[in-house]
Amino acid sequence: MSLWKIAWRSIQQRSLASGLTALSMALGVALVVAVLVIYGVLSQSFRRSAQGYDLILGAKGSRLELVLSTVFHLGRPTANIPAKDYYTVVKRYEAEMLAIPMCMGDTFKQHRVIGTTPDMFDELEYMDGKKYQLQEGGRNFAWEGYYEAVIGSTVARRTGLKVGDTFRPVHGDALGHRDQHDFTVVGVLEPTGTPNDRAIFVNIEGFYELHKQEAAGGDDGGHGKAEELAGGAGAGKPASSSAGRGLRYDESREVTAVLVLFRTPNMPRRIAIPKEINRDHELQLQAVAPAEEVTKLFEGIVGNIQWILLFLAILIVIVAGIGILVSIYNSMSDRRHEIAIMRALGARRVTVMMIVLCESILLALGGGAIGVLLGHGLTGLLAPVIAQQTGVAVSPLQFQTSELILIPGLILLASAVGYLPAVVAYRTDVAQSLIASP
Amino acid sequence: MLQLEDVKKSFLQPDGSELRILDVPEFAVGAGEQVVVVGRSGCGKTTLLHVIAGISRPTSGRVRIDGWDMALLEEAEVDRFRAERIGYVFQTFNLLPGFSALENVLLGMTFGKLRAERDRARQLLNRVGLGHRLTHKPTQLSVGEQQRVAVARGLANRPQLLLADEPTANVDIGNQQTIIDLLRETCQEEKVALILVTHAPEVAEQFERIEYLEKINLAWTSR
Repeated sequence: MSLWKIAWRSIQQRSLASGLTALSMALGVALVVAVLVIYGVLSQSFRRSAQGYDLILGAKGSRLELVLSTVFHLGRPTANIPAKDYYTVVKRYEAEMLAIPMCMGDTFKQHRVIGTTPDMFDELEYMDGKKYQLQEGGRNFAWEGYYEAVIGSTVARRTGLKVGDTFRPVHGDALGHRDQHDFTVVGVLEPTGTPNDRAIFVNIEGFYELHKQEAAGGDDGGHGKAEELAGGAGAGKPASSSAGRGLRYDESREVTAVLVLFRTPNMPRRIAIPKEINRDHELQLQAVAPAEEVTKLFEGIVGNIQWILLFLAILIVIVAGIGILVSIYNSMSDRRHEIAIMRALGARRVTVMMIVLCESILLALGGGAIGVLLGHGLTGLLAPVIAQQTGVAVSPLQFQTSELILIPGLILLASAVGYLPAVVAYRTDVAQSLIASP
Repeated sequence: MLQLEDVKKSFLQPDGSELRILDVPEFAVGAGEQVVVVGRSGCGKTTLLHVIAGISRPTSGRVRIDGWDMALLEEAEVDRFRAERIGYVFQTFNLLPGFSALENVLLGMTFGKLRAERDRARQLLNRVGLGHRLTHKPTQLSVGEQQRVAVARGLANRPQLLLADEPTANVDIGNQQTIIDLLRETCQEEKVALILVTHAPEVAEQFERIEYLEKINLAWTSR
């Protein structure tokens, strides 16, 4: 019979105390797992989403806010930049990069409506080597299809919109007034696991047309600059050039942000271009590398919060470990007789010590295993809240490699807390304990 | 097979004086021999068995088993020796409550070099008439059945010497004879030397060799 089995029998014999001890360990481990999984998935998802674009051009101000708003559709859209600056940048770096304009400010059932060009889905990849795919029966919106829209998979699921359906966006948030034209859904994106799953993309020309009509009607809906996307005095002027690919030239227009994908493989140029843009004081915009900002966010604020949460969770695990110590130590006075019997049957001092250590390890690992399941269950419970707040889909089945550290960690903790009762077992006086009543 | 030479065992009392429990100038048991040691309560029967089994070290003197001088062995070596060559049946059975009858018997062969043989454990339980109660826990067995499991456990490691400490003291009269017969027959079959200590004359008179502790233990006669 193995020492593990002997230890397991001892645990079974004190099932209530052992169960409660394992449960406290399970709760601690569940918290550690939840923190690791949620942080891991968030970090992975944010980094993956930031991978799709090399640069973001947007209004000067908070770089992080620009990235969060443009890439992750979080918070309010940033202020707009003059379209002439967009045309300037596009013309200057035409051979070296693809620039896709974005206009924001409208919503439909709490999903952001983004005006952009068909290049968004024809040219961009949402992850290295992965192009956007449209669900069967759908297509990208056409350059000339002003009132066509492509919707993310989450939007389709939540709103019930499908190819052929029409919808009418609302200015600003849900309390804003409705636009004056319907958009027709022509495509639904396959899930990408990026924030774009919960966004609606419409033809930028239609977006401008819509707001031009509103401007003519004199109703700005009381919204801020982000919504004032329609051309002002120069709006409606015939397109004189197409400096911005497919975007009609109109200097009075504004865009909220520009997604940039480098075409040049020249790494020094890739580094130099954002610097050149940021140094050009005539441009009322800034160039931001989203991957860099996300890394800063995770290594700075989010990373620190994760460490604080992990520290607290680990403290709980240590307290649970001390619970194992107390539980086994308290049982030692009852078990001296059993230990003496085993010694009388030939068990060495080290052997009975090992049995107690095995018991401690079994309790810790058993509680830990339950904790891992609880932790993933907890993650599953929190998943809708996380998805609501960040757009990141967290699956309870997503395991992080960092969870593997729990195995040696728990064995180490169990060995440390099991040591004291193991020493008591080691020192048991066999003859005296055999004579004493069981 | 077993020789005790000038074995003394004493304990320190709270007042600092020594309490002599054992003083056995000579005691020997041959291979496969069955000996009953008779003595009243408190005359050192259990201490004698503890010293022979290596559970307690004698204060002085020599205990030799099969040519091995126990005094020369390290504690861990004595433990291994006990695990492989000595069986022990306790007065209060001392079965582990969390283990089934079969597991209690397996425990008797867990700590030695031999692999725990489930077949032998089953065979022994069949031999003591408990083949149908393998999975029962001690609390689900009668007192007599518990002692029979203890006998099976004592023989599990194929010992050369079986020490039985008042094995019938806690069982009813009906079971007393069964236990004695079991011990004698199985020890004979397995060629195991048996030392059984008891205070009961009706148990002692069934053995050919009877030793009275009052006679062989000078510590007792000098009190």
